[in-house]
Amino acid sequence: MFMAAAELTPSSYIGHHLTNRTIALGEDPFWTLNLDTVATAAALGVIGFGFLWWVVRGATPGVPGKRQAFVELLIVFVDDQVKGIFHGNRAFVTPLALTVGVWVLLMNAMDFIPVDLAAWFTTHILRQHEWKPVPTSDVNTTFALALSVWGLMIFYNLRIKGIGGWSHELFCTPFGSNVLLWPFNLLFNLVEYISKPLSHSLRLYGNMYAGEIIFLLLWMWAATGWIGSLFAIPLGLAWAIFHILIVGLQAYIFMMLTIVYVAMAHEQH
Amino acid sequence: MSLTVTMIAQAIMFFVFIFLCAKFIWPWLMRQIEARQKTIADGLAAAERGRQDLEQASKQTAQMLAQTRQQAQEIIGQADRRAAQLLEEAKVMARTEGERLVAGAKAEIQQEVSRAKEALRTQVAALAVAGAEQILKREVDAKAHAEMLRGVQSQL
Repeated sequence: MFMAAAELTPSSYIGHHLTNRTIALGEDPFWTLNLDTVATAAALGVIGFGFLWWVVRGATPGVPGKRQAFVELLIVFVDDQVKGIFHGNRAFVTPLALTVGVWVLLMNAMDFIPVDLAAWFTTHILRQHEWKPVPTSDVNTTFALALSVWGLMIFYNLRIKGIGGWSHELFCTPFGSNVLLWPFNLLFNLVEYISKPLSHSLRLYGNMYAGEIIFLLLWMWAATGWIGSLFAIPLGLAWAIFHILIVGLQAYIFMMLTIVYVAMAHEQH
Repeated sequence: MSLTVTMIAQAIMFFVFIFLCAKFIWPWLMRQIEARQKTIADGLAAAERGRQDLEQASKQTAQMLAQTRQQAQEIIGQADRRAAQLLEEAKVMARTEGERLVAGAKAEIQQEVSRAKEALRTQVAALAVAGAEQILKREVDAKAHAEMLRGVQSQL
């Protein structure tokens, strides 16, 4: 980027890395498809779940190989998390948590690829000028996941408690079933139901987006010259190491919240 | 930075992946893990059974060993008693035999003695007769004096 920095301004450098590659599917701005987000997410999903499927298809009930043991550890880890929070039939909830955990982890892990290396690959191999490599730093992805989980939460509330039971919960908890308290209960619950998907999605999005920006700022600093590089390289290394924690932790938090929300929808009050 | 159709695409993809996970990954692995759990549980149960069997067998063995030892002791005791008895019998037999032999020998000696006495008596009588003949210097009619001689003989 030393060469490129001469031609690019800082804002165009950041813009270059953080602008989505879009396709317009219609007149309205809503019909803009972020090709990079969808393609990367799909590729990671196919690779990740394809790997799991491939290992699980060849799994043996006897002594497992190392690859199988790894996959078993992963899946049993997720299942243990679910078991600790959710008490019911896990035939759907654990695969849900597994999907969220693995997919989000892989999408976050795209952050490990150095930004300019990813840009070089997308520019010269894929021949796409703008390409954001981290799908979870696109608000569309995190909202898609959070709202899907939210939808599942509503679905389970209705299925487990019925309209009556759920309405009773909305109006009569957490403060009490007195008629005077109904508006407060409802208001409280509405705030909760609105804040859940917002915090769920924005937490992940914010962390990943901020991580990308900090990397970009550090590399921009490195592009200013040798002095800048002297500071930017150790800081970049430190941030990269810290980012390993963030990537794993955010995926874990996202998965745990998914389990908690679904489990809460199953709980009768 | 706005919500677009991308979100819907991602959500659809999300549900597709959930479906694939729930249909093709989770149940398959669970089946394998449950099969293995069953194998391990069976193995543990078999090991427990084996352990119990072994315990029982060793208990039985110890019991049998004790019994055998007791029997051996009894046999040895019996043998000892029998040996002592035989020894005693042999002693008794030896003593009686010895006594019998001694008695026989004594009787024989007695017989010899009386026989020798008889012979001596006869010889002494003859000597006495010969002496008397010498003294009398004449023939003693043996026939006439036989009665008298027999009387002397028996007085010796």
